[in-house]
Amino acid sequence: MSTTNTTAADPRSRGKAPAGERVADWADGRLGIYSLAKANMRKIFPDHWSFMLGEICMYSFIIIILTGVYLTLFFHPSMNEVEYHGVYEPLQGQLMSEAFKSTLDISFEVRGGLLIRQIHHWAALIFLAGMFVHMMRVFFTGAFRKPREINWLFGFLLFALGMFTGFTGYSLPDDLLSGTGVRFTQGAILSVPIVGTYISMFLFGGEFPGDDFVARFYSIHILLLPGIMLGLMVAHLILVFYHKHTQYAGPGKTNNNVVGMPLLPVYMAKAGGFFFLVFGVIAAIAAIATINPIWALGPYRPDQVSTNAQPDWYMGFAEGLVRAMPGWEINFWGHTLVLGVFIPLVLFGLVLAIIALYPFIESWITGDKREHHILDRPRNAPTRTAFGVAWVSWYMVGLIGGGNDLIATHFHMSINAVTWFVRIGFFAVPVVAFVITKRICLGLQRRDREKVLHGRETGIIKRLPHGEFIEVHEPLSQEQLYTLTAHEQYRPAEIGPATDENGVERKVSPVEKLRVKLSKRYYGEDSQIAKPTVEEYKEITSGHGHH
Amino acid sequence: MKKLSARRRHPLAAIVVLLIALAATGGLYAVFAPAEKAQADDTAQSLAIEEGQKLYAVGCASCHGTGGQGTSDGPSLVGVGAASVDFQVGTGRMPAQQPGAQIPRKKVIYTQAQIDQLAAYVASLGAGPEIPTKEQYDPAGADSAAGGELFRTNCAQCHNFTGKGGALTKGKYAPTLEDVDPKHIYEAMQTGPQNMPSFPDTTLSEKNKKDIIAYLDAVNSDDTVSHGGMELGGFGPVAEGLFAWVFGLGALIAVAVWVAARTAKAKKS
Repeated sequence: MSTTNTTAADPRSRGKAPAGERVADWADGRLGIYSLAKANMRKIFPDHWSFMLGEICMYSFIIIILTGVYLTLFFHPSMNEVEYHGVYEPLQGQLMSEAFKSTLDISFEVRGGLLIRQIHHWAALIFLAGMFVHMMRVFFTGAFRKPREINWLFGFLLFALGMFTGFTGYSLPDDLLSGTGVRFTQGAILSVPIVGTYISMFLFGGEFPGDDFVARFYSIHILLLPGIMLGLMVAHLILVFYHKHTQYAGPGKTNNNVVGMPLLPVYMAKAGGFFFLVFGVIAAIAAIATINPIWALGPYRPDQVSTNAQPDWYMGFAEGLVRAMPGWEINFWGHTLVLGVFIPLVLFGLVLAIIALYPFIESWITGDKREHHILDRPRNAPTRTAFGVAWVSWYMVGLIGGGNDLIATHFHMSINAVTWFVRIGFFAVPVVAFVITKRICLGLQRRDREKVLHGRETGIIKRLPHGEFIEVHEPLSQEQLYTLTAHEQYRPAEIGPATDENGVERKVSPVEKLRVKLSKRYYGEDSQIAKPTVEEYKEITSGHGHH
Repeated sequence: MKKLSARRRHPLAAIVVLLIALAATGGLYAVFAPAEKAQADDTAQSLAIEEGQKLYAVGCASCHGTGGQGTSDGPSLVGVGAASVDFQVGTGRMPAQQPGAQIPRKKVIYTQAQIDQLAAYVASLGAGPEIPTKEQYDPAGADSAAGGELFRTNCAQCHNFTGKGGALTKGKYAPTLEDVDPKHIYEAMQTGPQNMPSFPDTTLSEKNKKDIIAYLDAVNSDDTVSHGGMELGGFGPVAEGLFAWVFGLGALIAVAVWVAARTAKAKKS
């Protein structure tokens, strides 16, 4: 708007507005951001360190994109054979693909190349680890419940796509380690009945390794998968905004409010600062420790292989399943079904699918259609917590299998013993973890109940006039009492009367029967400790119940 | 004879007779004993074998048998050659502390001179690989790049990309090659100790072996430069993943806790 207008009625006649205001005004006149900013700038976010795990993921993803762009400037996604004459002595004159050579050049001859490469790779490992922990935080606090199931799936998809983006990136340098990984994957594809051979031929443009896969993996790695992931991440964030953030129970916090700090200025400053902290930590790690030193690994040749050939950690679980699986195979009519690889491949998908679908299973069991914005303490959902710990332990058993050789050499054990531990542990460890976790949760619930009813143990021993010793219990504050009793407890579902009001036998579907059975396991007497009621509390604190 | 008979009872007579007798026997022996002149060059060797046999009887015979023929506790040493002894004893593997899946490298307890004597004795039991000379195993001037290719083709599947070692079945393992004397690497390839296959000159020529030694010298010795920082043992993604979780994510969570604990002044905490 022009400021030449000097009529007395115009407030701007007091002189030129400050430059910032004019810029804002200019932008608002064209983008209409004022109302958007007004609505969202005061958006409240609750403060808790565990709510920043997702931020670690987002920032490391941004770091990966930034460093990845730099790497694309120097990387040649080509499998043309060239002879190396660069600065790294122990590979002089060796034949290698252009992809491998350009990665060597990035490492040794491009300014800052090795640091950027290491930041990119370390950030990828941390990104996936961050997503895993973030997902577990959401799982154990029950943040996946309505209305956030879709967002849970988005997050899960980000994790799954992250695994494959990581895998394709790890394969690009065409070094001996990653080539072995690609060969492993091709073997897994080949084990799929009927379509496996076709998929393999299609993916590699003929027999393995061919001379196409680096270029193909390249466009998948830098374009297709990150594009989808970026879209999913934006959708994930939009839904976080739309649903508003969950919060832990406490005084003043209800299902209908969010208690915390506004986005601007507090949260923006914190989040912005946190980005640089994340970048700093990852850059420091990349400067301290080397990752994937491809010059030491050498160029890929299908006739060579090394021990310690493992994928990056997020695929280690799949590696472990294959390593632990007995080499079964069935031959019939000239066809081979390689169960030793195909079963692990199926299990790999199954283990991931179970955790992805869990929110839907739980909401089906509870039959709860309400929205939940207050988080559970893990102890207050013992069966869910036990299930989650069992799943994590399952995953960890697979990881142990993936590193069985290093565990054997570093702990002076037989690799066969480690493999057998994985085979048995795959079935036994989750069960044991489930039982133990559930017990611990119930124990913690009992402790909370004790604390509410009898107060905190102060450790002060008092001698009464008649000689008796008692420990002084200090009653909890009103806030603490509220926090410990804010959770609600489900009642186990009932199957209902066997006959309806007319005396006719009621038909109950087997699915419903299963649901009721599971509900009893989830919320029955053995699976939760009734939280103290107001009456119990009053009776005990009225004076005569004290001990 | 009177003079003689007169002194027959002299107190020193017995000693004189003894001296004469000794001189006569010595002289006769010197004349009639089998000639040793022809084997004069081998005196040192036969001495070494003799000494080696004594050492063998004390340190080795309980498992390998009194004549190196082997027992249920140890293999026969006939034909293993001096190189085997120099490797096994020179790296401290032998004498073994206890039976097991594999005999580990440990403190060397014999001096090099004693090891040479043991080697001489074992070599005398049957022909086998000789201890290599310095020209044979010296990596100077060898092609480390060609050695790297040979290493990845023949060695890496057990010893890892750069010779950091790896697991074999049932508690056996391929040991790390870090700081192993080039002579011992050469001997190991030549003789195939314990669970390792042997690579005689017909499989890997002397030049090949030198190249491999040069490669290990370049990538896995004290002077090796790790270009990207700490190499985390050189074990690949398992070590890297562990590091990313513990130090990467660990540090970031610590930072997150720190950031979350610092909040605007309006809220007291």
